[in-house]
Amino acid sequence: MKISVTVNGKKHDSDVEPRTLLVQYVRETLGLTGTNIGCDTSSCGACTIHVDGQSVKSCTLLAAQADGSTITTIEGLAKGDQMHPMQQAFMENHGLQCGYCTPGMVMAAIGILDENPSPTEDQIRIGLEGNLCRCTGYHNIVQSVLAAAGKK
Amino acid sequence: MIPSPFDYKRASSAAEAISLIGEYGEDAKFLAGGHSLLPLMKLRLAAPSVLVDIGRIKDLSYIKDAGDHIAIGALTRHTEVENSDVLRQHVPLLAEAASHVGDPQVRHRGTLGGTIAHADSASDLPATTLALGATYVAQGPKGTREIKAADFYKGFLESALAADEMITEIRVPKMNGAKWSFQKFNRRAQDWAIVGVAVWRRGTESGVGLVNMGSTPVLASAVAKAIAGGASVADAAQLAADNADPQADSNASVDYRKHLAKVLVRRALEEASA
Repeated sequence: MKISVTVNGKKHDSDVEPRTLLVQYVRETLGLTGTNIGCDTSSCGACTIHVDGQSVKSCTLLAAQADGSTITTIEGLAKGDQMHPMQQAFMENHGLQCGYCTPGMVMAAIGILDENPSPTEDQIRIGLEGNLCRCTGYHNIVQSVLAAAGKK
Repeated sequence: MIPSPFDYKRASSAAEAISLIGEYGEDAKFLAGGHSLLPLMKLRLAAPSVLVDIGRIKDLSYIKDAGDHIAIGALTRHTEVENSDVLRQHVPLLAEAASHVGDPQVRHRGTLGGTIAHADSASDLPATTLALGATYVAQGPKGTREIKAADFYKGFLESALAADEMITEIRVPKMNGAKWSFQKFNRRAQDWAIVGVAVWRRGTESGVGLVNMGSTPVLASAVAKAIAGGASVADAAQLAADNADPQADSNASVDYRKHLAKVLVRRALEEASA
């Protein structure tokens, strides 16, 4: 089936099988492999991207369901060499260890601040409940989000 | 994991969706947010040959004050239920319970009608709307009908909905100042409840819904009856598992679930009686 999506500012018209998952479309059709597949069962959040401004788990969405939408992936955050403030905060606060969960964490964290620009530490921890870090690096991840919110 | 092949149809109205389901028969399924159905399809526990996507039917996404109740369109997403000022004012128990569903990403996609139609006893909102005495409006080829939540849940993932019916609206009575509590016990932040409890109370009137305490959401009517008869919170809570027939799984034995239900109902009633 034909779908049309705008991903990181660029319009794509594609012909996909109905069963194509959005994460598969982003990674394999568009070649945007910054979005990771972790658990593949909507538990871990590694595949988090933004669809029409909201964080979603792209392993549990059909590409067909995203037809017509505006999508942002981790690759769409930086402006040239200038990182997004959330990426910068993760770097400065060592908000990652192995890095596998990081794209999803960053996208989920931006989603939190979009909905609540000044969250408490507790609100950040609850807001990140859909994202797992198997290195258990949560402390610095939360510090990174606090920093991005200007609270650290 | 990628689901088995299927055909995808998109409906722009409830009538069109029902007509499409009728056309493709029992192997067709409605797709709303997809956060219950797609995981089942990826695991090959469901393999519909056609998906009818109802997720874009805009006129089924609303939260309206309808006098004695709040009317919620079936395609209203959990995040909208959670953040609705109307619900926070008139049915705060439902708004709070919605905030416990999954995680933010899941709540951005999952819908109230979808979780009710899926009829999973481990989900938070079927039991919560049951406790609140909600009515579900179902539309089929012959028109619409109202189904009381108490008559809706028939068995494990089974409901009173016919294959060619879809939920279009959820009507939840206003709580009119009743006190309430939502208790969810789980081991990991985003997980399903091992046991969950939704309670409201206004004097001797109360409603108690149990999550994951059987093959269907459970209305703990023995507890409400005891409260109506003047029993103490502690005594009433001892009856929490009387209407339940829970299963054992990797998280909990039957006895542990029954114990948890009593503890959580006591905590909930204490909070709703303070």
